[in-house]
Amino acid sequence: MSVLVDKNTRVICQGFTGKQGTFHSEQSLAYGTNLVGGVTPGKGGQVHLDRPVFDTVHDAVAGTGADATMIYVPAPFAADAILEAADAGIRVIVCITEGIPVLDMLRVKAALAGSRSVLVGPNCPGVITPGECKIGIMPGNIHAPGSVGIVSRSGTLTYEAVFQITQAGLGQSTCIGIGGDPIQGLDFRACLALFEQDPATQGVIMVGEIGGTAEEDAAEYIRSHMTKPVVAYIAGVTAPAGKRMGHAGAIITGGKGTATGKFAALEQAGVAIVRSPAQMGARMAEMLAA
Amino acid sequence: MNLHEYQSKRLFERHGIPVPRGLVANTPEQAAQAAVGLGGGRWVVKAQVHAGGRGKAGGVVLVDSPERAATEAARLLGSRLYTRQSGPDGLPVETLLIEEPTAIARELYLGALVDREARQVVFMASAAGGMDIEEVASVSPERILVTRVHPAVGLQPFQCRRIGFGLGLDPKQVKSLQGLMEGLYRLFLDCDASLVEVNPLVVTPTGELVALDAKINIDDNALYRHPELTALRDASQEDPREAEARAHELNYISLDGNIGCMVNGAGLAMATMDLVQLHGGAPANFLDVGGGATAERVAEAFKLILSDPKVTAVLVNIFGGIVRCDLIAEGIIQAVREVHVAVPVVVRLEGTNAARGLDMLAASGLAVATAANLGEAADKVVAAAAARPV
Repeated sequence: MSVLVDKNTRVICQGFTGKQGTFHSEQSLAYGTNLVGGVTPGKGGQVHLDRPVFDTVHDAVAGTGADATMIYVPAPFAADAILEAADAGIRVIVCITEGIPVLDMLRVKAALAGSRSVLVGPNCPGVITPGECKIGIMPGNIHAPGSVGIVSRSGTLTYEAVFQITQAGLGQSTCIGIGGDPIQGLDFRACLALFEQDPATQGVIMVGEIGGTAEEDAAEYIRSHMTKPVVAYIAGVTAPAGKRMGHAGAIITGGKGTATGKFAALEQAGVAIVRSPAQMGARMAEMLAA
Repeated sequence: MNLHEYQSKRLFERHGIPVPRGLVANTPEQAAQAAVGLGGGRWVVKAQVHAGGRGKAGGVVLVDSPERAATEAARLLGSRLYTRQSGPDGLPVETLLIEEPTAIARELYLGALVDREARQVVFMASAAGGMDIEEVASVSPERILVTRVHPAVGLQPFQCRRIGFGLGLDPKQVKSLQGLMEGLYRLFLDCDASLVEVNPLVVTPTGELVALDAKINIDDNALYRHPELTALRDASQEDPREAEARAHELNYISLDGNIGCMVNGAGLAMATMDLVQLHGGAPANFLDVGGGATAERVAEAFKLILSDPKVTAVLVNIFGGIVRCDLIAEGIIQAVREVHVAVPVVVRLEGTNAARGLDMLAASGLAVATAANLGEAADKVVAAAAARPV
């Protein structure tokens, strides 16, 4: 078991024939992902990586029965790509693209309200269920099937958590990179709920960072709903206020969104917080052994 | 990206938001000419810097002759202004705005920004104009009026009326405020703003509303579709190293410590800074070399870190995912040779081909220490930095 995606998930790639789309589709295929085709407007009917290319997502769904998509189209066209996937009834939409204007995402979120599609990202590494389905840019080889769910706003910091869990011999059920933008699809709370319901997940590592209040919301959810152990790390204790730390969403404004505040909220909710990013795996192992 | 007051006011005018009449000056002569051109007997000379608190810092002065305007301009132009928001180094004054004075009956605050939790544009207003809104929010949050705009329907008249009557405006002024807020909302969308602020929004003795100050921040991600706004960037107002970094597509932010950090990925970069502090050191910077860390980018990153004279040791922390660690090691070796790195360097490589990368560093003969994990890397770099006091 896992959340969001598994070996039966039928995946397409939007931006399939582009440089990024091609490279990461190859990686996904090599990992064993059930990648059934892709979309590049104007290249419908061609064959790429031994898979059919379609002009529209609707055509791709009709032609392949796809229920998940990974989006690699450039930022100016990404909002359109997300909305097209939702309109075509895709269940899991994973948008890797970085640099989408915030007002575009604001409109996309409003348009997706009430939709049956789930958006992951944008500006994220993607979603992986180890050994079954890799949708995104994460290196597949550091993952191992197992019992720990991972949810994170970061890319390489997620790999760090994954690596530590694999080293600890635990492995991951599913890893979800929710992305570093201020307005995003799935948030911590929603991912925690998925992991709480997943029988294969025994514990969750949550990797947050400065900016916004998603970690505080998650703390509230954990306190009132979560029965599985959660280990949390928050990046940005040393980040100065008012500066965007790489991610568009990683900024402390008006004294809100500090790492200290997030650590405090999580600690109060009974979460096992770690102050050092080097301790994520060890702490999880302790929690599961207890 | 931040805009100057005079740039913001031009955009205000274009969207029908009333601002005082004013002219821009870059020399004392132009300042005097501007005063003559505007007419009247008194003028306000305003230094254009990307920081609030200009008045208290002497950057906003009232003058009563074109000669005085020139004198004040000569004093301000070429100087640095030190305000509560400018940082310890201050900001250079290269441009002035010369304005006609505005009579003030009341000072209000009006702002709009993206509320990331509500996923909507939110308007905020307060009768405590002229004050720092964050201070008002912390001291007396009940004095801030808030209304959120649904993107499908846009700003509604009732929302403006609620704000207007809430501020104690009379019915005619409420009507003016509605026009002003509608203009601000259009501007917000047209310019892909992330923040628009009018502080203060002045009610004149004759009951008119005038935007006495103007602040606009633009969403950097949207600049690709606004070449006219991109052209308004004033690099002199930014940290020179941060501007240099942007030119090389690196994410760099200066901090106060002495341990330079080079990391791939924003989250891991922040985590590395925190780890340095947790182990008793002080990070000198945030630096994300990005996912595709090539030898060239690594070299540029080294140059940038070492251009900060405070740096006494460098920590390189790379988690090689798609990027192979042996290629990164090659980049580091090349960079250390080319850039003549004279401070101790500690490298932690993990992920794809990490062992091979570490072997290459060891065999290079360079004074590069390697670390097997995050904790060890932090310990080593903190010790190296402490051994070389500034």
